[in-house]
Amino acid sequence: MTLTLDQIFVIAKHWLLGYVPSGARPIASAVISVVAILIVFPLLFAITTLLERKGLGRIQNRYGPNRAGPWGLFQPVADAVKSLTKEDIVPVTADHAVHFLAPLVLVTAALLAYAVLPVGRNMVLIDLNAGVLFFFAVGSVVELSVFMAGWSSRSKYSLLGAMRAIAQMISYEVPLVLASVVVIMQSGSLSTVAIVDRQAGYTGIFPHWYVFTPWGIVGFILFMIAATAESNRSPFDLPEGESEIIAGYYIEYSGFKFALFFLGEYLGMFATSGMAITLFLGGWSAPLSFLTFIPSYVWFFLKLLALIGGFIWIRGTLPRLRMDQLMNFAWEFILPMALLNMLVAGVWRYMPPSILRWLVCAAIVAVPWLLLTRNLKRKKRFEIRTYTFAE
Amino acid sequence: MVGNGILKGLAETARNFFGSYVSKDRLTTIQYPEERIEQIESTRDFPFLVYDGADWHAGMRCVACQICEKECPPKCIYIEKSKDKKPDAVGKPQAYPAVFNIDISVCMSCQICVEVCPFDAIKMDVVFDLPTDDRFGGLLLNKQQLAKSNDYYHQIHPTEAAAVDSALAEERAKADAKAKAAAEAKASAPAPGVPKPTPPGPPNPAGGETK
Repeated sequence: MTLTLDQIFVIAKHWLLGYVPSGARPIASAVISVVAILIVFPLLFAITTLLERKGLGRIQNRYGPNRAGPWGLFQPVADAVKSLTKEDIVPVTADHAVHFLAPLVLVTAALLAYAVLPVGRNMVLIDLNAGVLFFFAVGSVVELSVFMAGWSSRSKYSLLGAMRAIAQMISYEVPLVLASVVVIMQSGSLSTVAIVDRQAGYTGIFPHWYVFTPWGIVGFILFMIAATAESNRSPFDLPEGESEIIAGYYIEYSGFKFALFFLGEYLGMFATSGMAITLFLGGWSAPLSFLTFIPSYVWFFLKLLALIGGFIWIRGTLPRLRMDQLMNFAWEFILPMALLNMLVAGVWRYMPPSILRWLVCAAIVAVPWLLLTRNLKRKKRFEIRTYTFAE
Repeated sequence: MVGNGILKGLAETARNFFGSYVSKDRLTTIQYPEERIEQIESTRDFPFLVYDGADWHAGMRCVACQICEKECPPKCIYIEKSKDKKPDAVGKPQAYPAVFNIDISVCMSCQICVEVCPFDAIKMDVVFDLPTDDRFGGLLLNKQQLAKSNDYYHQIHPTEAAAVDSALAEERAKADAKAKAAAEAKASAPAPGVPKPTPPGPPNPAGGETK
């Protein structure tokens, strides 16, 4: 019974495929999965916008949207209608083709990443044996679309936003990948399904998630920090910094194209969160062994919602960083820590399991942490700059 | 250690988040259409015309002197003076506004019309929710829409209205005394006295509560 419930979507898909001639089955199977992804994750986006506005409101002691429907539940519908009916304005001097393509590229790239995310047992669109690699390769297309938007708009603000976005995304792409390398080192596979399978066992009632190891917890924290920066969310939302460059690279977009950018950003956030779950939080596996009767996809989406809640919480708490702080943080702190974490993963792999292994690994992380953060905390002295040519 | 500040901040926002569900005091928002803040007495937004008694047309204090029309900085008042005359509050025959329009979409709520009115005929209202489908006609208030009773004035601005009423009563008492003196002077002569300052018709000139 629990197995049927767990596999209900898989069974439904096979039942549907029974009506398709056998030659067209591979394509039909892919189409069904794609449609499911196209329904579920944009729906999650709608729910998240509401949750975010409500949550931020409560964090700031406000009610948040509560007019559209009971408790404001229809607010996403109202937002959708609004953005669909708004006028679509394209600047006269903009490069129309690129300007039009940028949001499409963003959403496409964000959606492609879901192809390798296992959202439940046997529920993955395609089990690539280089799934993690595919994920990061597709994720970096987002940078392209951001730059397309910023460059084609022919606006100073959008160009500044795009420059910031590119600088930030490239800087944080490195620690993002390096933080996930430890998992690949440990599991010995680039396939997301295999990585989840390796974490699905239990010792007693406790799961074998990678987050419960020294390199796992550090990797998870580094991954989430880099993911926040990758998805341009507060406190790393410099590319769209409302108070400085209004909306950054998508300032010249209105109506549904703007909504597409919004959608693309959130889809990117869900995808990286899903990747964090896959790599560190055991994917769809239940957190305790006696909870396995709850279907696997429920666990995946609960974890996803928890991470989204974390993102909202962080957004409601931290102020935006300055550009130099952002860059220093990436190159002077996150990157060395990610590299050290790889050393920790190696030590963990080759030391016999004992309490000593824990202590050694913790020491390798903790000492540089203290040293590096001391460097971050040091007050920077600024000197009056003299301009050679401007005067 | 680095990160303490972040944790403190997260704790604070979490306290806000859960606290806002527990204690109503944290939420400062007034849910407008259902809840309203009580307005302070000096609230003002758009002008209205005061009338005494029950009949808005007969009791209107405005005598169409057009001072407010001339003084209005954004020129939102339009007055047409009547050709005939009607008795005013003290019974003196006065002109009255045949047309008195205020475009509240133009009005800037400066209260200058109120300051300059010698007859205490125009005062500031407190009604602020005046939404309409028709942004030209709907926001152009005519004489009848502008006319509001002295009782209403007392309701919205009690202190101010009481002061205005006592000043008016004093003036009327003075006018009465003058008229009486004139009547006595004329009484020695065979001519009939000036009619008592009670105008014919329904409006009670003294406004009831002032005397």
